[in-house]
Amino acid sequence: MNPDFSGPDGWIDAVSAVFMVVGALMSLGAAIGLLRFPDLLSRMHAATKPQVLGLFLLLAAIGLQMRTWWVWPVLVVAWIFQLLTVPVSAHMVGRAGYRTKHLHRELLTADEPGGRGAKAAAEAALKDNPDDGR
Amino acid sequence: MMQLVLAVTAVIFSLAAAGAIVRIARGPSLLDRVLAADVLLAILGGSLCIDMAVNRHLNNLMLVVAISIIGFIGSVTVARFVADRRVKPNES
Repeated sequence: MNPDFSGPDGWIDAVSAVFMVVGALMSLGAAIGLLRFPDLLSRMHAATKPQVLGLFLLLAAIGLQMRTWWVWPVLVVAWIFQLLTVPVSAHMVGRAGYRTKHLHRELLTADEPGGRGAKAAAEAALKDNPDDGR
Repeated sequence: MMQLVLAVTAVIFSLAAAGAIVRIARGPSLLDRVLAADVLLAILGGSLCIDMAVNRHLNNLMLVVAISIIGFIGSVTVARFVADRRVKPNES
């Protein structure tokens, strides 16, 4: 309970403790956002917090606590894997939510498909600029 | 100090998991439930990370990676095959 700040060990412990608490608060923020935001797209915004920044902070806390250098590449690989998979699943969920109209259209600031779905938007773009097909 | 951090993060993760479970139970659409289940998996992986950091071992690291794979495959699959079965849209 009484951390020793005379050497680097106490400071490393303090930094990793801060990382752990902040990383846990990211999960709490995601849960609050899931409960309070009005539609699917804004809930998706809240849900990415623990998946990227929260996992980064917690993996950094592990690396600080282990006190060795060889764990850092493993932790970086785990985090990069999460970075590669999260945008794909978020893209799929967001597109499915747009196509099945799980959104409040008055809350959008930009609506590029224009309510017609992705296929109709692509056809309209092709009609506007027919040279794009070549 | 680590025991204090463990207690604080346990409380925070419990509250977050309760919020995600409430959204899974209440969520008006299937995609909301998938999103909340994804957040619940992220909370589970985060608590595994806390366990590794406090007790200074690396046994759960492959489990964290496997949890992220499961969340990815699950949400992509459900989002691929979702269909709109509501009578009146825009009611989320």
